[in-house]
Amino acid sequence: MFGGKIVLFQKTKELNAKITEFLNNISESAIVFAKAVDDYLLNGDSDEFASLLNNMASLEARNDQLRRNIETELYEHTLIPESRADVLELLEGMDKVVNMFEAQLYQFSIEKAEIAESLSPLYLELVESTVSAVEALVRSVRAFFINPSEINDHIHKVMFFEKQGDMVGTKLKRMIFDDKKMELSHKIQLRMLCDDIDAIADLSEDIADQLSIYAIKRYL
Amino acid sequence: MFLFYLSSGLFLGWVSGANYMGNVFGTALGTRMLSFTSAAIICAVFIVLGAVYSGGGTAATIAGLGSVATMSGAFVVALAAALAIFVMVKLGLPVSSTQAVLGGIIGWALFVGSEVDFSILLQILASWVASPFLAALFAIILMSLVKTYLKYFPIPLLYQDLYIRIALVLTGAFGAYTLGANNIGNIVGVFLTSSPFKDVTLFKDVVFSAERQLFLIGGLAIALGVFTYSKRLINMIGKKVFLLTPMAAWVVVMSHSLVMLLFASQSLHEFLSEHDLPTIPLVPISSSEAVIGAVVGIAILKKGRGLRPKYLGRIAMGWVICPALALVFAFVLMLLKAFLPPL
Repeated sequence: MFGGKIVLFQKTKELNAKITEFLNNISESAIVFAKAVDDYLLNGDSDEFASLLNNMASLEARNDQLRRNIETELYEHTLIPESRADVLELLEGMDKVVNMFEAQLYQFSIEKAEIAESLSPLYLELVESTVSAVEALVRSVRAFFINPSEINDHIHKVMFFEKQGDMVGTKLKRMIFDDKKMELSHKIQLRMLCDDIDAIADLSEDIADQLSIYAIKRYL
Repeated sequence: MFLFYLSSGLFLGWVSGANYMGNVFGTALGTRMLSFTSAAIICAVFIVLGAVYSGGGTAATIAGLGSVATMSGAFVVALAAALAIFVMVKLGLPVSSTQAVLGGIIGWALFVGSEVDFSILLQILASWVASPFLAALFAIILMSLVKTYLKYFPIPLLYQDLYIRIALVLTGAFGAYTLGANNIGNIVGVFLTSSPFKDVTLFKDVVFSAERQLFLIGGLAIALGVFTYSKRLINMIGKKVFLLTPMAAWVVVMSHSLVMLLFASQSLHEFLSEHDLPTIPLVPISSSEAVIGAVVGIAILKKGRGLRPKYLGRIAMGWVICPALALVFAFVLMLLKAFLPPL
């Protein structure tokens, strides 16, 4: 019985480290995403962009592996049985954020969309809002695992940046469709890029909503 | 012949074991943080220890209540109580062996026209009313303390769960010990006056008293009940009355144990009387009442959210039906005994 408890101590420590790494990777992927889009807007599909895309792909692969490991350990050692389902859903949601960052960069790399210089500042602003929403989400999730009383300090920021992203997205789409010289197919391609970036902020907001419910369930 | 008569006490111990396990570990098992087997082992071992080492005080109260001086009388009281509990457990209701035994003693006394010591009866009834309130109060204080502590000194979620798991095991063991100490009086208390056991000296100078031999046998019967009979009740307390977070489950077990200890600790009783302070009577109280009191305490803190009044009502109804059933059973058994040839 006591041997079991010592194993549980060890497993808890390892699992905590894995969750921390998982969240660090998401934070890092947000930075890589911002740098990669910035580079694409300046230099197109360059070597630097390709290297950042590779970096993103390895972060995504590592996080998939970490998520599976964490899930297995939670079940094998019946850890946090009461919050397990919520934690798994949370980690799966967070994993999707990185998947979407990666998919978005691939979209740039495959479609090689031409973005006029006049549109670049708004694309950058949209990326900035999205990355800020994801970073606030990562801080909220860290608070859930470490100090739940701080969750609300971060969750409202996720909502704020998501709204800001919506506003920038609308402005950007108006600019695209107001352009009389651009082909409709090109306009649709640029609109999709804009929608797909904005979708990452939307997903962050959905996860933040779920997180506030998990926190109420567990700590109230 | 004594062993035959004691068999009803053992039957009572067996059916009560299910109830006890439900009370001490029901909430913890409801959170799925412990396995049934490890909980049952801890529960059984500590109930036996509590009964043997600290069971004296409350057993004397029960023995003094109705002076069931004959073995056959004790047999009827224990059997009536056991049957009442058996029926209640079959219905899936957590009941109190204390209440069942009291009902049995009164039924027996009514039949034989023996006097019931009303001062002890009143003391017991008053303790029954006080114990759930005390448990609720303990739960409110403990939960508030824990929450305040975590606000200023947060513990990461995974570690929090690990500590709660360990706390549940330790508190469950403590709860089982206090329960054994407090409730062994119900199981074999009525046999104290008629027990033929003699003190045995072990290893030259260790005296294993007659009283403790009786408590050990009673404790083992309870332990058997813990293993064989308690899963259903656990589902009732752990899942249906109120869905508890692991932290709240720990608070419930701890509050329950503190209340049981207050009403069973001879050392506390002596300490209070030595310092001219009002003493707490050494009375076997209902552990079911203590658990439900603590659960309601948590619910009050949460402004009643999540409480299921339907199940609470069923449980409270059980507290009235059980002693009444035991009273009727004791009366009927005495009637039967009067018509049967003596053993």
